Amino acid sequence: MHKIERPMRDPLFHISKRDDMSWKKRFLLRGGVILFSFLFTGILSWILIGVDPFTFIGKLFEGTFGTSRRIWLLLRNLAILLCIALALAPAFKMRFWNIGAEGQVLMGGLATAICMYYLGDKLPEPVVWLFMVVAGILAGALWAVIPAICKAYWNTNETLFTLMMNYVAIQLVSFFTNVWVKDGSGVLKNATHLNGIKLPELGNPYLLTLLVAVLLTVGMFIYLKYSKHGYELSVVGESENTARYIGINVKKVIIRTMALSGAICGITGVLLVGAINGSVTTATVGGQGFTGIIVSWLGKFNPGFMVLTSFLVIFLDRGTGQLNLTNNAFPAIVTGIVIFFIIGCEFFISYRLKFRKKKKQEGEVLQTEDAPAAEQTEEAKERNLLQKIGDGAKNCVLTAARGVKKGALFIGNQTAKAFRKGKDLFKKKPKEKAEETQTEKEEEDV
Amino acid sequence: MKKLLALGLAATLSVAGLATLSACGMDKEDLKIGFIFLHDESSTYDKNFIDAAKAAVEEMGLTEDQVIMKTNIPEDDTCYDTAADLADSGCDIVFADSFGHEAYMMKAAEEFPDVEFCHATGTQAHTAGLDNYHNAFATIYEGRYLAGMVAGYELKEMIDNGDITADQAKMGYVGAFPYAEVVSGFTSFYLGAKSIVEEVTMTVRYTNSWYEPTAEKTTAETLIGEGCVLISQHADSLGAPSACEEAGVPNVSYNGSTYTTGPNTYLIHSRINWQPYFEYIIQSVIDGEKIATDWTGTLETGSVEVSGYNDELVSADTMAAVSLALQELKDGTRHVFDTANFTVGGETLSSYLADVDDDGTFTKETEVIENGIFYESKHRSAPYFDLIIDGITSITSNG
Repeated sequence: MHKIERPMRDPLFHISKRDDMSWKKRFLLRGGVILFSFLFTGILSWILIGVDPFTFIGKLFEGTFGTSRRIWLLLRNLAILLCIALALAPAFKMRFWNIGAEGQVLMGGLATAICMYYLGDKLPEPVVWLFMVVAGILAGALWAVIPAICKAYWNTNETLFTLMMNYVAIQLVSFFTNVWVKDGSGVLKNATHLNGIKLPELGNPYLLTLLVAVLLTVGMFIYLKYSKHGYELSVVGESENTARYIGINVKKVIIRTMALSGAICGITGVLLVGAINGSVTTATVGGQGFTGIIVSWLGKFNPGFMVLTSFLVIFLDRGTGQLNLTNNAFPAIVTGIVIFFIIGCEFFISYRLKFRKKKKQEGEVLQTEDAPAAEQTEEAKERNLLQKIGDGAKNCVLTAARGVKKGALFIGNQTAKAFRKGKDLFKKKPKEKAEETQTEKEEEDV
Repeated sequence: MKKLLALGLAATLSVAGLATLSACGMDKEDLKIGFIFLHDESSTYDKNFIDAAKAAVEEMGLTEDQVIMKTNIPEDDTCYDTAADLADSGCDIVFADSFGHEAYMMKAAEEFPDVEFCHATGTQAHTAGLDNYHNAFATIYEGRYLAGMVAGYELKEMIDNGDITADQAKMGYVGAFPYAEVVSGFTSFYLGAKSIVEEVTMTVRYTNSWYEPTAEKTTAETLIGEGCVLISQHADSLGAPSACEEAGVPNVSYNGSTYTTGPNTYLIHSRINWQPYFEYIIQSVIDGEKIATDWTGTLETGSVEVSGYNDELVSADTMAAVSLALQELKDGTRHVFDTANFTVGGETLSSYLADVDDDGTFTKETEVIENGIFYESKHRSAPYFDLIIDGITSITSNG
């Protein structure tokens, strides 16, 4: 009723989709934002750890490209992270929140170690290799299929389920280590306990991992873009009802996709344990199962982009390692800030903000083409907010009763709006996920 | 790729060449040392190493660019990569601080014969046959024993005040792994307390991890719930001290003071001071002398410390008694593992074979008891006392 009595207030700003930015502009914008984020973190490093921005950026490059060994390590670490991100991509594209890559990789690794421990001294080494690879893939797939079956048949919450499976995997590794390591130290040694088994090197210790990653990247690109499976899983991701309507067996797609996701995680585990470390610990995956989620999302599930996003993450990781710090907080801050900038940039590439005009004219379009513009909108928002507070106060003085009513209405409206917005966000597209993070961060910053 | 390989080879060769020159001593200004730490400063264990490294470097007058520190290096191939990278960067000494780093340090030592690789807590140097690979540890059981005495006096005070009866004098111990380094540590701690309160008992529970704040805290809480009136720990986070502070239970710490976490419950800590070792390896390389394959720090070398006592809870009399015992340990008139002071399965030990040579066979090959004394850290620096003595309950299952 009240709504009819007074004119509808426009929301403070509208968010609308845009797809009018040319690829050139997008490319420049992204490059600019990354450069800006480096400068920004460089200034932070000046303030926090006393390393000036240019030395800081220099160190990043030195730590990543300084010697041929570092370049190889960059490539190998990139390959591992990329494998995990690739494994997650089909699941996320299907809107199956697989938070369990950490555990799936670890199970692949554990199965590999089990083969090394129990078969290493009984069978010829090449046969053991075969067992390691097969067992690793199966174990990873199994760890992913269990929550998939429960989701497909009983609609259980896959986020919690896959997350919990991580802890089970970690405990299993801990259990086997305790059984195998007789001196109780919990350190499983390749030569002592695992019969010195290691997967063959192709020329140097890094190539095997790189080769697998390249094959997986190409394979996943084709699978997602050109195969029937890839199409089906994206339909299931968009709408299960649509999928059912056009005759897709949703249960089958969920289970099949997760089996694939887990199997690739399993391969990564085989590489980590069989080729790289020669042993397994609870920290073998070291959180990369979670980092892979960010890489996958930032790469928009496109294997090509994911190469770039994993590069960025590994670059920061290896680069900040060169800073000679004894406290790991700063490198984590740097990575967080750079990723935050990129998420922000992606948001402004896909959306524009339309602000309400001061005198209730129709929404003026604020171009948000680069980072300074983003700050402008920030300012505009503040200005609008101040204006609104001023209006409210004036009204209160004029008619106290009306003011109170207005205030109550205002709060009600805002809440309803926020609620609506929250609900929409929750439902909507992956890109809007970025927006959600963005707004959250903005609020924190304020 | 070929270019890269060639470049790598060239770099390796030039580093190797430089290092060869250094074999017969070098100028202090040319020396470079690299450190590998398992975690960063948030772990009490690593902080102890990091602080000592910084102190040693300053004491020896090395400049900032002669020192490289790498933190958060897990116990896997990353350790080898890091060690090799440090060698590439021209380090003459590479040091790693965690037991699980050993296999990867040895791998790097094989590849870089002209760089000295030093590893704390390891067990394999004396059998590995690598000239440039070295282990180090300290007779920390003596420090634990003295800290145990402080715990004993605290228990005695509780009994004298009538807070507990003598048979309620039960201590709790949060251990990382059921493994010789930890067993040796808690046994010496227990024997220290027992030298003051004969009836004391102790329960040990393990977290199966060196650093897991939550598990350490809940394990300490479990022990307190089971009636333990004093807690000590051999795990690297502030989990146990903070559980003690919340429950108001006295805590004896390790690796460093945890006074800031538990101002009302922290009693004292024992720690290995690594500074003497770091200075020793740096000096050895400067002088072109060989670093000991297996180095054991002692009370004499200043490597074992019991310090930072909380003067609000620990009396001056207690500290006087502790310094007296310290002197006796130094003189050799008192021995921590004197077989007259403990029994195993009701029997006094007269002979014990320990697994000193870590060759993967787990054979216990070395007689370690002489004249009624179990000589810990004599046959190798890393502890090998792995017996559960009477009075201690060791609970290995997580139940």
